[in-house]
Amino acid sequence: MTHHAHAESHGAGHAAHAEQNWFLKYFWSTDHKIIAMQYMFTGMLMAMIGGFMAYVFRMQIAYPGMNVPFFGHVSPDAYNSLITNHGSIMIFWVAMPVLIAGFGNYLIPLMCGCDDMVFPRLNRLSYQIFLLSAIILIWSLFVPGGGFGGAWTAYPPLSSTAKYNLTPMGSSMWVLAVALEFAAFLMGGINFIVTAMNARAPGMKAYDVPMVVWMIVVASLLFMASVGPLIAGAVMLLMDQNLGTGFYNPDRGGDPILWQHLFWFFGHPEVYVVLLPAMGIVAEIMTVFARKKMFAYKTVIYTVIATGVLSFFVWAHHQFVAGIDPRMANVFTVTTVLISIPIAEMCFLYIATLYGGSIKFTTPMLWALAFMAEFLVGGVTGIYLGASGADIFFHDTYFVVAHFHYTFYPIAIIGTIAGLTFWFPKMFGRYMNETWGKIHFWGTIIPFNFIFIPMFWLGMSGEHRRIYDYTNFPDLAVPWMQQLRIVSTVSLVIMLLFQFPFLWNFIYSMFKGKKAPANPWNANTLEWTTPSPPPHGNWPADDMPTVYRGPYEYASPGRDTDYWPQNERA
Amino acid sequence: MILSIPSASTFSGDIDGLVTLVSWLVGVWFFATQAMFFWLLWRFRARDGVKSQYITGKEPHLKRWINIPHALVLVCDVVIIIAAVRVWVKVKQTLPPPDDNIKVVGQQWTWTFQHGGSDGVLDTADDIWTSDTLHVEVNKTVQFQLESKDVLHSFFVPVFRLKQDAIPGRTITGWFQATQTGNFDILCAEICGIGHGIMGGRIAIESPEEHAAWVQAHTVVADAGTATIDSTAAVSAGATN
Repeated sequence: MTHHAHAESHGAGHAAHAEQNWFLKYFWSTDHKIIAMQYMFTGMLMAMIGGFMAYVFRMQIAYPGMNVPFFGHVSPDAYNSLITNHGSIMIFWVAMPVLIAGFGNYLIPLMCGCDDMVFPRLNRLSYQIFLLSAIILIWSLFVPGGGFGGAWTAYPPLSSTAKYNLTPMGSSMWVLAVALEFAAFLMGGINFIVTAMNARAPGMKAYDVPMVVWMIVVASLLFMASVGPLIAGAVMLLMDQNLGTGFYNPDRGGDPILWQHLFWFFGHPEVYVVLLPAMGIVAEIMTVFARKKMFAYKTVIYTVIATGVLSFFVWAHHQFVAGIDPRMANVFTVTTVLISIPIAEMCFLYIATLYGGSIKFTTPMLWALAFMAEFLVGGVTGIYLGASGADIFFHDTYFVVAHFHYTFYPIAIIGTIAGLTFWFPKMFGRYMNETWGKIHFWGTIIPFNFIFIPMFWLGMSGEHRRIYDYTNFPDLAVPWMQQLRIVSTVSLVIMLLFQFPFLWNFIYSMFKGKKAPANPWNANTLEWTTPSPPPHGNWPADDMPTVYRGPYEYASPGRDTDYWPQNERA
Repeated sequence: MILSIPSASTFSGDIDGLVTLVSWLVGVWFFATQAMFFWLLWRFRARDGVKSQYITGKEPHLKRWINIPHALVLVCDVVIIIAAVRVWVKVKQTLPPPDDNIKVVGQQWTWTFQHGGSDGVLDTADDIWTSDTLHVEVNKTVQFQLESKDVLHSFFVPVFRLKQDAIPGRTITGWFQATQTGNFDILCAEICGIGHGIMGGRIAIESPEEHAAWVQAHTVVADAGTATIDSTAAVSAGATN
């Protein structure tokens, strides 16, 4: 099938859909842009819930036993449920929907120059199932016994046995929600891969594809290859919980460690599943605002693929002290430390992209640069944990908590806000306010570091995770440690308060912001060649873009302008 | 010293040394990379009349700046791996001949310790059970059997830098040798239910005289039998409530 035949058949489809009423348009729309925004807004709403949970349990840690404003007393079971659902929400219902599903849906058709996803109805189904999974998760917090409190890793036998976790309904609903969420992203993933591989504009070769599309495709491949074992594991967990099977029960010949392998076989690639889209977003923004070609574009893609492949061979570094054969740790410490090779290369190439640039510090660029600076902290602290000997001490301490927040926070929050502020003019045809954008930026980044740097220190002093009151342990109850916990908590509250200007800026600018042209940043990629916001079908069916060059031809010699859109004839 | 807590086992120094080594190796890279990053941001900030350069990344004189650091990162990785494996093998893969034997049992939400008693051998008549404090003698190699009665727990003694998960249905063997006397926290580092936040104990590292006196004082009770059984029963009852 040629591209244009494909476009026309969809164009006809759009005409037939013109009389859709409001409900059909927003609840059953198959337009990738509507679905993308539904994913993004659902993810942002979940982020607020997850952020509120963090506020509640951090208040309890800093001031044990207090009545937390807007919540009340935090009981131990409520505390466990809050930390469990904070982690689950932030990874599965914020990072995944916003970064992969949100940006993937919005950008892949627009950047590849096609009118919609290849399987638009599957795309719609994916969001409906995702929404259902989110509703089940939130609902699980209010059922008798309360929400699941066995940590987002849900290790059995605690997660599989009601008499141990005391949340018979909450834990089953948690597993069900997670399994449904994975099913939703499987459907999304197949769409991203097929669309990016088969529906690109004429002339767009593999190495003309923008970095973020490459990264979302590789991330989707990683997700699809890793999630199968975990869905199987989740079904076994549901059966252990409700049907009396014993997959994870040693009394019935099962093995609790089986779950850990299935979980982390997915769980570690998952880190890269969310990292890669964020790295892709950062690449788009850095090239535009440094007015630079990506440094060694192909090498970056090779490092992405190498990282993806390696990420399947590192999972047991989460289980060094879990009771696996200790000899296995030697294999996994080698693979884990070696993943620094492609990742370091990738970071070096990103930083090299700045060389020779003309760097404008707009709000999206500040977020993209902050991603690099903060992610490096997360990267290097991972070496401590990958080094098996040191992990004996660091495992399940706050050092781990600080480490992965220095990776996930740049990914899920900094990368997301970078992308939102960058593509906002495209999504809504208006600019966001720059001054408020910068206030929000500094008000987020500075407190962020004050939240997590103390946690490295506390972890190095032996503070273990998931404890609602450290004054129960004499060596951890010393005043300087409690003061560090208070520093963390106060910084968190400040950071959360600074999100209100962002929300206001976002909503206000959506309706009242300064009007933006089709290509406000003088960028090259195809999404900037269509009006803002793009119409249904993205381009007129008889005027779909054709691609003549790569995505990063900035400051190309011999031209008057410093950019060269991909679809402009030579 | 990187870690601000006491170092009280024969391998805690090895682990601290590994942490220090990693800190130096990644610290140098971290600060060098950040310095380069911020220097580039300042050096190539947008200025009137200065256009950006067209660089593809294939230029040999620029690729050097990637390739040489990259090779050096690989060298650092190899050093870290060797150091990490050496420490790991010492702590987790070797089992020095024990001077004393203990059994550590995790259950929701307490640790129970079975001491070998005066003969240092488990499951003999002179064993001593406790549920709050583990008593060991300084400078003696102690071999532990780690078990769990219900869910996963993790036996964590920060001053020893020792951590090992306990798994229901398995017995995991490990060891430590304390190098200084004192009382320190024993924690449970694996979430184990609503009481995870109170599950802990203390380790009393005693001089040979103190330890002998403690064993002596408690062996009498153990011989009588009832007190020990009562205390274990009380622990179980407390946990299942």
